Amino acid sequence: MKIDKNTINKIARLSRIKLDDKESEDYIKDLNSILDWVEQLNEVNTENVEPLSNISSSILPKREDVSNDTNSSEEILENAPDKLEGFFAVPKVVE
Amino acid sequence: MNNLIKGEKHDWEMVIGLEIHAQVKSNSKLFSSSSTKFGSSPNSQVSLVDAAMPGMLPVINKYCVEQAVKTGVGLNAKINNYSVFDRKNYFYADLPQGYQISQYKFPIVGEGKVTIDFKDGTSKDIRIVRLHLEQDAGKSLHDQNPSKTYVDLNRSGVALMEIVSEPDIRTPDEAGMYISKIRSILMYLNTCDGNMQEGSLRADVNISVRKPGDEYGTRCEIKNLNSIKFIKQAINYEAKRQIEILETGGSIEQNTMLFNTSTGKTRPMRNKEEAHDYRYFPDPDLLPLEISKEEIAKIKSSIPELPDELKNKFIETYKLSNYDASVLTAEKQTSDYFNETINSDPELKNHAKIVVNWITSELFSLLNKNNQDLNNSPVSPENLGQLIKLISTNEISGKIAKDVLEEMFSSGKTARQIVDEKGLQQVTDQVEIAKVIDEVIAENPKMVEQYLAGKDKLLGFFVGQAMKLTKGKANPKMLNDILKQKLNKKN
Repeated sequence: MKIDKNTINKIARLSRIKLDDKESEDYIKDLNSILDWVEQLNEVNTENVEPLSNISSSILPKREDVSNDTNSSEEILENAPDKLEGFFAVPKVVE
Repeated sequence: MNNLIKGEKHDWEMVIGLEIHAQVKSNSKLFSSSSTKFGSSPNSQVSLVDAAMPGMLPVINKYCVEQAVKTGVGLNAKINNYSVFDRKNYFYADLPQGYQISQYKFPIVGEGKVTIDFKDGTSKDIRIVRLHLEQDAGKSLHDQNPSKTYVDLNRSGVALMEIVSEPDIRTPDEAGMYISKIRSILMYLNTCDGNMQEGSLRADVNISVRKPGDEYGTRCEIKNLNSIKFIKQAINYEAKRQIEILETGGSIEQNTMLFNTSTGKTRPMRNKEEAHDYRYFPDPDLLPLEISKEEIAKIKSSIPELPDELKNKFIETYKLSNYDASVLTAEKQTSDYFNETINSDPELKNHAKIVVNWITSELFSLLNKNNQDLNNSPVSPENLGQLIKLISTNEISGKIAKDVLEEMFSSGKTARQIVDEKGLQQVTDQVEIAKVIDEVIAENPKMVEQYLAGKDKLLGFFVGQAMKLTKGKANPKMLNDILKQKLNKKN
């Protein structure tokens, strides 16, 4: 797999990151060298092997269904650039 | 049954599949301890996990996992011992993480099926593809301010079960029956409150049209419908739209649509940029979810009687029709009410059909008229049972019983009290009825003549007169019999 200009633009757009031409070139180089390195894994035969989701052998910790009854409003909105009557206010999203 | 839509050159068939989002009825969210209570003030139930503050880690709610398994069993589905949580990546103002934790390749529940019952006694299976657990997003309010969108994260992180059907549905009615059946199963299991108005249960509808027998056509997805009425409306409109395009030589573009509830129309979502590039990958913050056979068996053993089992039991025990039994079992409160009524007196078991009718037509219409719910019905099952017993033992007539029920409904008195107070007992004394009939015959010699001359319809007139004299209390069958006897003797 090779990363080209189109792919890097698409990834940048999906990540909401703005890249100038110089940066795109740098990222194409960097990402390609990472992919080349990872591609060595293709030498291993993985037929009939289920994809691995996690390398830890421990068990998923679970919690009981207990709710904490604290009012989070003030704390949660503390860093919001804009708020109104307990809501986050963001630029209009029209759908 | 004809499921086809008439077209210009040939008939069209709809092919419909549903993705139902059912909110798990739990106290706290799927990966945090925030409350799930509906209607609280905005952003008051948001933990640092729900707001996606850096460094916060999700911890799964054990109860939500159990409810998903329970629901899977209720859908006759395969429970997977091993499932994985993935990140579904997209940007939206009400999704602080920038991804939704969901399940992609390995869902917690696999293939299953549910059965829907038609009025004509037939039924149909709708296959389920899967059920998976995922987080809900926050809520955006677009109409409060011309330049701003307001965001409330209370719902962010609440546990949802997404139930995906195969495209086995062929009509808007079937779609409605399918979601009603799923809702009914969820409510019997008590894994979701089924409240569509509050958004605890909502659906995305996939729909395409085809010439019967052809391959599936290109489909469109209508997002986020929260009532059965809207689901049917949206399907009807969308099918018509697609047929119109195809019949004028166009082709369908696969699209995500929104349904406008005030115009009844669908339109494509404006934001199609990078449609569906969700870049799913396993969430590194969560280990795979493993459930042992023992745990599954334990959950299975805790499952209450489900609508279909109960339906079969009603058919067998009380000889009810498939349709009557499915109406009774559609909602748990109805089957509970029926059970309590029929068990309130051993006699009633022989009059099951009458009990069904009194609940589903008489009582339901009173409740409807007064905007009330069976759960807080002013007439208790025991009292309704008493009323039906008065009918079945001929103490009062069915007609008078309707008035009695209305009074029970408004006054809260028992049937017995009302019947005794007002002296409504049916007159079943032969001599007394005969006396009244003699009176009616004597007062209407002309009518008697006409009747005897062949005007059979006049029998109703005599019955009416006699009923009037007895204030409606004469036993109708005895009245009829004696009246015919007496009139014919005149011949």
